[in-house]
Amino acid sequence: MSDRTKIFLLLLPAMFIIVVLFFGGLAIGLMRSFNYMPVIGLTEPDLSAYVSVFTDREFYLSFLLTFHIAFTSTLISSVLAIGAALLLRRSFVGRGIVNFLFQLNLTVPHLVGAIGMLYLFSQSGTFARLANEFGMIEKTSDFPALVFDPYAIGIILQYVWKEIPFIGVIVLANMQSIGEDYESVARSLGASKWQTFRFVLLPLIFPGVLSASVMVFAFTFGAYEIPAILGANFPAALPVLAYRKYTDVDLAARPEAMAMAIVIALLSAVMIYFYVRYSRRRIRG
Amino acid sequence: MRSFRVLTGAVLITWLVLPLIPLAIWSFARGWFYPDLLPKTWTLRAWDYAMSDTAGVLDSLWLTIWISVAATVLSILVGVPAGRALGMYKFRGKEIVELMILAPTIVPGIAVVLGIHSVFISLGLNNTVSGVILVHLIPTLPYMVLVMSGIFANYDPAYEAQARSLGASPLKTFWYVTLPAIRPGIIVGGLFAFLVSWSQYILTLLIGGGRVETLPLLLFNFATAGRNDITGAIGMIYILPGILILLLTAKHLSGRSGAVGGFGQI
Repeated sequence: MSDRTKIFLLLLPAMFIIVVLFFGGLAIGLMRSFNYMPVIGLTEPDLSAYVSVFTDREFYLSFLLTFHIAFTSTLISSVLAIGAALLLRRSFVGRGIVNFLFQLNLTVPHLVGAIGMLYLFSQSGTFARLANEFGMIEKTSDFPALVFDPYAIGIILQYVWKEIPFIGVIVLANMQSIGEDYESVARSLGASKWQTFRFVLLPLIFPGVLSASVMVFAFTFGAYEIPAILGANFPAALPVLAYRKYTDVDLAARPEAMAMAIVIALLSAVMIYFYVRYSRRRIRG
Repeated sequence: MRSFRVLTGAVLITWLVLPLIPLAIWSFARGWFYPDLLPKTWTLRAWDYAMSDTAGVLDSLWLTIWISVAATVLSILVGVPAGRALGMYKFRGKEIVELMILAPTIVPGIAVVLGIHSVFISLGLNNTVSGVILVHLIPTLPYMVLVMSGIFANYDPAYEAQARSLGASPLKTFWYVTLPAIRPGIIVGGLFAFLVSWSQYILTLLIGGGRVETLPLLLFNFATAGRNDITGAIGMIYILPGILILLLTAKHLSGRSGAVGGFGQI
């Protein structure tokens, strides 16, 4: 058997699944978003779903909210994750335990984290009770709205909780494989601690941070269950809105849902571009 | 400086375990109303309910395990050959193949599952366990391929050639030579695939149509219905496999492995 046939046969099952399920799902979604589905007699593609999506105020509010959630969560998580990695990089007593706890919530599904945040930050949650205990508030309504709120604070808190260890573990491994030699050289040449971090370590770990951040951004932009648990009803995050449209009793809303799915897919395609660019560079570097 | 380090370390650790605490307490609480800091009555009622045959929590647990195990086994069967092709050979179009296999790790499930749903209707796969297992392959397979291509990149096929030249059949060669060498990859990749499938929500909700009620769906329903005690108990059961897997794989898990990306999907 020639190598070419061998490679083809080895890849065939995996490519079949990815092409049929993943790209097939995308393609069907795209066709339906254009109201094109010859099997059920829709043979004239049109743009009506996109027109109604792009003329709907709720879509824009929803898009902005989702972008805000993804961007803010990714930014805060990345910065704190670098800090956490710097902390865990040094050896100290009990680092094994700290490392384990750090990795623990990598395995806890987002949904559980979201429910935990609900019990912590709702107006009758743990923090509201603590505030009451210390005489800071009287009634539950005195406590600021941190879940179901228009700024999506609860959602962002949940993502930050879950993504600090995710980005942190990747950055930490990055730092460990880089070693400390470059920094020692910079220090011996008279660079301050901050300068060493800013001009030596940060550029070295940046590609790793970026590729992890891209994954986080894409995930937080497209996740359903977290905004469904912690988010306000209006405007809802884009995946929640798309799901609602899809399951609407009015079947005519389905192409609109598909159009929103395509918008989410397009944005993640942009993310893939960055991911590939920077993860390649990371591998070469 | 040292005390700053200890202090920020303590804050970090507290923050990381904090959301799990009220969940754990709720599972033993009864009528834990505002403004009580701790429940007035402690009880095992939620656990009794979760463990009873009538509640459906145990059925849901077995169903979730079955779906995740099936998705994992299929990912291994399909992912190992693909990993071998990508890890051991250079060929034209390899970058495109890699990109296609990695794409599902970035594109959110909601973007593809609506289209799949409208095709599965005509195939009779909606509302079935098989349909859910199939759709779980989309997020699990890429990590299996990623881990295995890393393993095969450091694999020396000369041992296989030697076994063959000494008269071993292809099957024997695979069983006694190839498999032992790639076993660590299959274990780590498989555990990741299991966890990724274990945590799926929207794919199961849409394709299962609410009929295939896995643990996360049950958890979501109890949480939104305000049954905090039962939510707490189910939540504790739900996170257990992940913690066990972490204990098993802690030494294999450095951020250097491509597999760690799998945690971004959980």
